[in-house]
Amino acid sequence: MSAAVLRVEALSVAAGAQRVVNGLSFALAPGEALALVGESGSGKSASARAVIRLLPPGLRQVAGRILLGEEDLAAASARRLRQLRGPGIGMVFQEPMTSLNPAHTVGAQIEEGLALHTRLTRAQRRDACVAMLERVGIAGAATRLAAFPHEFSGGMRQRIMLASVMLLRPRLLIADEPTTALDTLTQAEVLDLMKALAREQGSALLLITHDLGLVARYADRALVMQAGRTVEEGPAAQLLARPSADYTRALVAALPRRGPARPPRPPAPPLIEARDLLVTFPGRGAWLRRAPPVEAVRGVSLAIQPGEVVALVGGSGSGKTTFGRALLRLAPIAGGTLRFRGAEVTRLSGSALLPFRLACQVVFQDPYGSLDPRMRVRDIVAEPLRLPAGLPPRQRIARAEAMLEEVGLGGIGDRFPHALSGGQRQRVAIARALVRDPALVVADEAVSALDATVRKQVLALLADLQRRRGFACLFITHDLGVVEEIADRVLVMHQGRMVEEGERDAVLDRPRHDYTRALLAAAPRPPRLAPLVGN
Amino acid sequence: MAGYVLRRLLVALPTLLLAAASVFFLMRLVPGDPALLILGDAATPEAVADLRAALGLDRPLPVQFLLWLERVAAGDFGRSITNGEAVGPLLLDRFAVTAPVVLAAVGAAALLAVPFGMLAAWKQDSLADVATVTVATLLLSMPSFWLGLILLLVFGLWLGWVPVVGWVPFAEDPWRALHAILLPVVTLALVEAGVLIRMARASTVEVLRLDYVAHARAKGVPEGRVLARHVFPNAFAPTLTLIGLVLGNLLGGIAVMETVFTLPGLGRLLVDAIFARDYPVIQGVMLFIAAIYVLVNLAVDLLYPVFDPRVTAD
Repeated sequence: MSAAVLRVEALSVAAGAQRVVNGLSFALAPGEALALVGESGSGKSASARAVIRLLPPGLRQVAGRILLGEEDLAAASARRLRQLRGPGIGMVFQEPMTSLNPAHTVGAQIEEGLALHTRLTRAQRRDACVAMLERVGIAGAATRLAAFPHEFSGGMRQRIMLASVMLLRPRLLIADEPTTALDTLTQAEVLDLMKALAREQGSALLLITHDLGLVARYADRALVMQAGRTVEEGPAAQLLARPSADYTRALVAALPRRGPARPPRPPAPPLIEARDLLVTFPGRGAWLRRAPPVEAVRGVSLAIQPGEVVALVGGSGSGKTTFGRALLRLAPIAGGTLRFRGAEVTRLSGSALLPFRLACQVVFQDPYGSLDPRMRVRDIVAEPLRLPAGLPPRQRIARAEAMLEEVGLGGIGDRFPHALSGGQRQRVAIARALVRDPALVVADEAVSALDATVRKQVLALLADLQRRRGFACLFITHDLGVVEEIADRVLVMHQGRMVEEGERDAVLDRPRHDYTRALLAAAPRPPRLAPLVGN
Repeated sequence: MAGYVLRRLLVALPTLLLAAASVFFLMRLVPGDPALLILGDAATPEAVADLRAALGLDRPLPVQFLLWLERVAAGDFGRSITNGEAVGPLLLDRFAVTAPVVLAAVGAAALLAVPFGMLAAWKQDSLADVATVTVATLLLSMPSFWLGLILLLVFGLWLGWVPVVGWVPFAEDPWRALHAILLPVVTLALVEAGVLIRMARASTVEVLRLDYVAHARAKGVPEGRVLARHVFPNAFAPTLTLIGLVLGNLLGGIAVMETVFTLPGLGRLLVDAIFARDYPVIQGVMLFIAAIYVLVNLAVDLLYPVFDPRVTAD
């Protein structure tokens, strides 16, 4: 392995006295792709940052060597590091909304690296930028150079960042959760592009990810980390098929797997029924000359029966979240009708709407933003019981405590949300939604922000509660894995319209619409583990 | 762009009208009769009535308001009740004292605060950072008049470097004029720098955490350039808003400072006019202040897209 692009030897990174990376060693050959896999707090990002010598404040390398070729990066001067960053090591970051500087045009940002590291003339640099932007699939590249980052979608921004990094032909490309914030389809496009570019330029790839599903498709080898330590390392396919460490086995087990389909329910009057629901947002535009309204949901119909679990799937901007909100009367309905238990609720307001509000609850995506940080967990869960008035406080608290017990959080009612983990917070949100026995729960990407093993647990909890309590559930998600786990029926939305609807197995196995097919093809699942066909 | 400026100015008109109405009617709620004040206690009721008629004070309030508005629209702010001076030129005269002091002070404060705030953020939690924050907190919690008095005592009385009282117009003697406004400028700049340092530091800390800063460093961009090109424009935008608010506030009068340093500025004019119940002057000053506020904020809004292209003028 003397020809390794990168060798990390016994690397340790510490935050104060605590080691966040402990004795990490691996090597990366030219053109090879290695995935560092782990959940939050595993030290995978800190390792990546240590390699490019950009550890965030508070973290420092305390032991080990990092060799790029034959050069020890820990011993390199700041000046030498600047020379190496770019042509030696390139890095793609996670958050497309903040990874490009909003104050400069994308052209200026792509060109910046070339100006620093090459002797190309201005015109040559410009040509190189245009060629690279075209390569990453930005249409009309020559004119888009003058555009600012906010004029591009998240996926486009990741492509632009990729272009600015790959333009310098780095020997090593580090990608830190590069597509975590993107929807499934965009994720596959960006990762395919990244893999292809790395191959074209012979760059070794260090892919940091929490998603084992991506490993089979994009990495030759994988290294699993937990709490700063290496758990297991090996060829990606082998690691997935025959994991040897318990933790890896748990991670593999947490990959989505299809549960048995429940017997079809006898026909019943729908609990909630939307007909040709239309949601529009006022168009932006000049003063007194408003642009026409934006149609986020364009005439979507849906009926959910009592006790049914329906998954609503779609990419970013498909209108799925807006539709879910409209269904709860949380987004303004511009057209169509909404009926709940046979009675129309489309235009009800005030006290007339209250029974509907009480019967329909919601679990939001962000476990950090959806709980009031100044309320104790017990009070958060008890709050929905204040309406209708009449239940004495003591009983409210008792019911909240019982509900917390039911979601596996007994005895922590005293705590504030900040003292809980993401998974615990989401359990609190679920408890809050269920505490008054709703007939319908809308879960909007309720597990997207969670680690794989935690996600598995929360999904299992939700499925269990649903079976016992029998509420209907609309699960809004971009993640087909979630669909496999819990849905009876699947709806696919694309550009504000419903493009496909059917029983889960029918939609997943025999998709009719092109968009559904593309979505399924892009889903990061190791094919051998999630049987696509029931037999 | 020109259309945007025009539209923003048009939108500002109702704001100014509202300000004018509240100023006018609030003033009338204040007890005390200007006619009585001018003539003194010994005046006969007939004399007072005559003067009220002459000043237009005997007519119904809405009529008084509309008449005043009509004249203001024509550029005539009326005449001071106390000394008969035309209010319009008087405002400009006094503003010519306040404006240079405030502009110089806010400019100096910004030039001082932004680099210090950014450096403190860059060296977060270091000794330099703690020292900067401590000094900033001290500065912003110090009353401006107290700091002004201390500076006067040290540099005016003890060292004798600057005059303790007096104001000299620039046209008369630029050198002495500079001397006269030096201490007020320094005092104001120091006090306002405290707030601005904290703001610049806070927004820089936020920006430094963002991926595009790491992205720039990962491309091999030298640290100075990272700060100048990638951090500064994004960190400066919120500070700019604050600078606009501070500027608007101070231009509207720094009565206390003007009293300490005996500057015949806009703030002093307003305070004196209030004591004298000089309605035309009070109304003129207040309306003038409202107009300045609107204009300064408009200027900031127009400057904003330079630093944050997500905010566009159209």
